[in-house]
Amino acid sequence: MEPKKINSKKYLYSFLITVIIFSTAIFLSNYFGQKKLDEIRNIQDKISIDILSSETQFSLLEESLCKDLGTGTLSTELANLENKLAYTENERGVNDPEVQTLKQYYSLLEIKDYLLMNKISDKCKKTPLSIIYFYSNNDCGDCEKEGYVLTRLRETYPELRIYSFDYNLNISAVKTLISINKVENKLPALIIKDKIYYGFQSIEDLEKAVPELQILKEAQNASSTTATSTKK
Amino acid sequence: MFDTTNIITCAFLFISLNFEVFLLITYFENRLEIKKEENFVALGIKKYPAVTIIVPCWNEQFTVSKTIHSLLSLDYPKNKLKIMVVNDGSTDGTWEVVQKFKNNPQVELHKKENGGKYTALNYGLSKLSTDLVGCLDADSYVHKDALRQIIPYFQDKEIMAVAPSIKLWKPKTILELLQKVEYGFGIFTRKMFHYMQAVYITPGPFSIFRKEVFEKLGPYRHAHNTEDIEIALRMQKNNYKIAHAHNALVYTVPPKTIRKLLKQRIRWSHGFIKNATDYRYMFFKKQYGNLGMIILPMASISVVSVLFVSVVSIFNMLKSMINEFIKIQTVGFNLNWSSFNFDWFYINTEIIAIIGIIIAIGTITMILMSKRMSEGKFDIGMDLVYYLALYMFIAPLWIGKAAYNAIFSIKTSWR
Repeated sequence: MEPKKINSKKYLYSFLITVIIFSTAIFLSNYFGQKKLDEIRNIQDKISIDILSSETQFSLLEESLCKDLGTGTLSTELANLENKLAYTENERGVNDPEVQTLKQYYSLLEIKDYLLMNKISDKCKKTPLSIIYFYSNNDCGDCEKEGYVLTRLRETYPELRIYSFDYNLNISAVKTLISINKVENKLPALIIKDKIYYGFQSIEDLEKAVPELQILKEAQNASSTTATSTKK
Repeated sequence: MFDTTNIITCAFLFISLNFEVFLLITYFENRLEIKKEENFVALGIKKYPAVTIIVPCWNEQFTVSKTIHSLLSLDYPKNKLKIMVVNDGSTDGTWEVVQKFKNNPQVELHKKENGGKYTALNYGLSKLSTDLVGCLDADSYVHKDALRQIIPYFQDKEIMAVAPSIKLWKPKTILELLQKVEYGFGIFTRKMFHYMQAVYITPGPFSIFRKEVFEKLGPYRHAHNTEDIEIALRMQKNNYKIAHAHNALVYTVPPKTIRKLLKQRIRWSHGFIKNATDYRYMFFKKQYGNLGMIILPMASISVVSVLFVSVVSIFNMLKSMINEFIKIQTVGFNLNWSSFNFDWFYINTEIIAIIGIIIAIGTITMILMSKRMSEGKFDIGMDLVYYLALYMFIAPLWIGKAAYNAIFSIKTSWR
């Protein structure tokens, strides 16, 4: 019997084709990864412009009526940005330098938005509806659950502004926010109307802590009933 | 961005993709050959050689008659086909059942002490008077054209054995339909191995050998209960050619329960692992051709990679299920379709996902080609859906158990 032969060319070709397919996949993956980062940056720019615009509007209308300056002037993109950032963090890893930079920028935007909202509420004598939330990616068993609760609250009450901060994020503005509010490293921690709550808070707990939510809910229900009744 | 699990997964994906590409190149190189071969077989041959089919049986009283009847109805000259029933010390009524064939000039009845399937085959070989010999397990049936499809291959003096295509007997349940796809895929890969001269299994049901294989290389061995892998590897080691007659159809009865299926597969996988270990010196040796350079190494790597990738995927799935459970527990179930917007941003574009999809497309292509080869049609049915959805969860069970048994030297049994 003749010894067997192998066709080395076929081995080479199959290897080369595989390398080409793999490189294409790596290229596509990077391309889409970059596209996603670009999208996040775009949203951040949009928010930044929104804030700047609101601030400018605020300065211009210093003496004007509050009806021109409702909370409606605040950016509506924060929730969208947070979702996408969380997804990216999950996909690329917490330690990815791009993710770190984006998170820092996002935290700054949140603080600016928070300050602006307080200013507007102050001027118009309204109670600001906001929750500041500190979490950590390590050693915080309840943070994930708290995240679900806050996401659900945000879905139910779009008027409620939720600002989430990574407690360990290395950026001085966040550190200042932590120190002026004297937030201890017992996470999750929530600041609602200058009061700090430590540990897991359920939807019911939070609805109790912010009674205005109840009013919002009733208003929402009323408007949806009117909407359906007008439809009839 | 990359952790160890991802790197290992990527390495396995690279190897699998490389093998898939290799198989597809082989297919495109030889696709005209397949048609040529079919035409050649259809011509038939002038003088049919005499063939003996050994039917080893051990406690097969319910199926043995049907098996013998299927052999008697083979479209082959009656005086050239001998059926040798070897009763391997059955304790049930097998011997009484086969007595009804004792006056049939084509059937020879033998009985011996129980010693295992390979001893029954060797007993048959020792009584052999024809140049060609095959065997048919008592749980399998042959298509009436099977032998006519196989014999023409022996016109090539170098071909020493011909393996048939195995199909499932009337698959109906989900478990059987899933196996149907697997067997169909097996027909495709075996044909590709045929073109690479690297067939490494001559399946128990109805592989036909030249007598000189056993005269020169010795009889069947116990070979960890998979003598059909061992004899093929022994032939390959001695550069004996093995062909695959893809249109020679043999039907085998699928295991009825998942337990029996697992047992059968554990025996196969365990047999492969042990025999591959016994013949490990063939790995990466050019003199053993494609078998040594790619087929055996790939088959071995696939044992590890199927286990690894499945365990990682199942683990990830469990993790997200637990997360989903915690979420529902925390905030309740709320399916809010109105807030659902399609956003391309959330499509997974990681390398592993992209490569995984490419490999899946390649696999589906090969399954469809194997369907066309074995059934003459090109469709996507529920069987394919079951296979793609469930195989990943079932296969690791037997591969894992077989690997465990092989490592800790636990013997597998026939049933």
